[in-house]
Amino acid sequence: MAQIHTNQTLSVNLPEVLVLGPPSIFRIYEKHLSQKFMLLKPWESPIPLEEFLSIHAQNTTAVLTSSVVAYLSSALRLLPSVRLVVTSSVGLDHIDLKECRRRGISVAYAPSVFSADVANLAVGLWVDVLRKISAANCFLKTGLWPVKGDYPLATKLGGKRVGIIGLGRIGREVAKRLEAFGSKISYQSREKKPSVSYPFYTDVCELASNSDVLIICCALNDQTYHLINREVLQALGRQGVIINAARGAIIDEKALVQFLQEGKIAGAGLDVFEHEPNVPEELLELDNVVFSPHSAVFTEESCKDLYDLVVGNLKAFFSNKPLLSPVQFDDFMR
Amino acid sequence: MPTKREDASTHPLASTIKLVFHCLPQTASSKKMDSNSIGVLMTCPMSPPYLEQELDRRYRLLRFWKFPQKTELLKPHSQEIRAVVGNATIGANAELIDALPKLEIVSSYSVGLDKIDLAKCKDRGIKVTYTPDLITDDAADLGIALILAVLRKIRGCDLFVRRGPVWKNGDFQLTSKFTGKSVGIIGLGRIGTAIAKRAEAFDCPISYYSRSEKADTNYKYYPSVIDLASNCQILVVTCSLTPETRHIINREVIDALGPKGVLINIGRGPHVDEAELVSALVEGRLGGAGLDVFENEPEAPEELFGLDNVVLLPHVGSGTIETRTAMADLVLGNLEAHFLNKPLLTPVV
Repeated sequence: MAQIHTNQTLSVNLPEVLVLGPPSIFRIYEKHLSQKFMLLKPWESPIPLEEFLSIHAQNTTAVLTSSVVAYLSSALRLLPSVRLVVTSSVGLDHIDLKECRRRGISVAYAPSVFSADVANLAVGLWVDVLRKISAANCFLKTGLWPVKGDYPLATKLGGKRVGIIGLGRIGREVAKRLEAFGSKISYQSREKKPSVSYPFYTDVCELASNSDVLIICCALNDQTYHLINREVLQALGRQGVIINAARGAIIDEKALVQFLQEGKIAGAGLDVFEHEPNVPEELLELDNVVFSPHSAVFTEESCKDLYDLVVGNLKAFFSNKPLLSPVQFDDFMR
Repeated sequence: MPTKREDASTHPLASTIKLVFHCLPQTASSKKMDSNSIGVLMTCPMSPPYLEQELDRRYRLLRFWKFPQKTELLKPHSQEIRAVVGNATIGANAELIDALPKLEIVSSYSVGLDKIDLAKCKDRGIKVTYTPDLITDDAADLGIALILAVLRKIRGCDLFVRRGPVWKNGDFQLTSKFTGKSVGIIGLGRIGTAIAKRAEAFDCPISYYSRSEKADTNYKYYPSVIDLASNCQILVVTCSLTPETRHIINREVIDALGPKGVLINIGRGPHVDEAELVSALVEGRLGGAGLDVFENEPEAPEELFGLDNVVLLPHVGSGTIETRTAMADLVLGNLEAHFLNKPLLTPVV
């Protein structure tokens, strides 16, 4: 028992928070969090999670979770006192919002902390794939420049037709950046955005037919699961490039692998995958793909901003003040 | 359903160049015999092959790199060479110009002119043309690409995933956010302005150093490179190479930029004191660097190969099919205009 709580004697007056994941902010801010909250850390216990929760978390009112906790729903069922779930993500696909609403559990998330960083990485991957940055860097660093001469030509960024799927915060940040590069922007979204002048498509296939590049910026939910399927990839075409810094399951990964292997699309930049951290071997063998290990949000600055937001939300909850970034259930459940 | 556009490889200015080109009387076929006797010397291989193929088709093309002994080419052919097509690697230096008594024009497949002895050309009345404006966007795009690649360690991310098992044991390291970092630009010409426009879209404050303050911009001006380096986090070199700007990035500037600073060079290798830069990076006195150019291309400092905060590219600033094709058309158009006694399209003034 003594091993489970951090600084047990000192933390007896600190509000208790059950941590699942743990979220990435733990890498830098675990100590800071321990000084503000009494943290229940099930992974440090030898007993199975269900047993741990039954013994230690029956009175716990707050849960802090990362976005890769697939068992969150089953864990919440074992927590009769929980009133708040704080997720260290903008994605909410791991949370049963309907059930939370039914039980009166508030959910706080990180809607805008990462927007710039995710947009920056999506644009970074786009630029890398089209201008072959990582490949040319590798070419030089492996000593090939004096041997093989000029690096093969890449393709110009300006004037490319970019289709953005999902024009929320991240999609709009991506669009703003791409405009400066001279891209021609169109988008597909659940609804047309009245304040936006880019051409709007209701159908992703039609967007793909009119795009040189597709950049995925939407949330993962029932409607967007495998949204990018064979038909869409076919419409994108042989010169087409796809960039995904949203969620892996928005793309039919098997279809993507096949299209890339057979040269039916030109390339891809991928920060997310269907079954992370597993990535299909066939995909890893391709040199027209640039990979990133779901790290779009992992900058020092965003980590600090996220830590501040998480602490702010927890403190607000424990002092009965309004949450800083609550999920408005109506926005997400249609 | 609208049809998919198949050919996505057109530079925005290509149609303008082609229009000007076609306003000249057609010469390629009708004057094939005449122009084929005009000797044109190409200084080194240039990609894409389109330029070499067209020069070969229109003129009597001599390829400098096919002659290990340069005198082998120059002695028998010096009287027939009336044009030189050079680039950023090999242009027309005094020695070459002296060896070509009939040289009338140097048409450079580049925007940089540091490899051409302009004074000698002026003396001899040799015209010089280049390819301005065309590479502005590509070069600016590359500047931003290098910033993102350095700050976000994109190649490192790629390798991390490719090495499979590593990701299973934990996340990639935290990298550095681009948005909000101050960008300092050396040289606010066409390319510098294009970089500023892009960096602003990432919500970065912009400052610059130039020989003189520009009246038509709101960016903050610093009267010296050291001042600029002391007040920005990402320093971008994008001015032209002249005797005054050689080693404009020296030890003092690197120290001013500091251990959290990032240097991006898309100008010319000699803008940077490479030895000082290497030791600063190896010793951690500079936070990172993205370099597309080097003092002795194609050699690049091997000491930097293993550093994940350094991105090195083999001079690909204008390395897109669209831009190189448009540049080639401009080189060909300038040569055509000259041999028809028409005004040059893009002379160096």
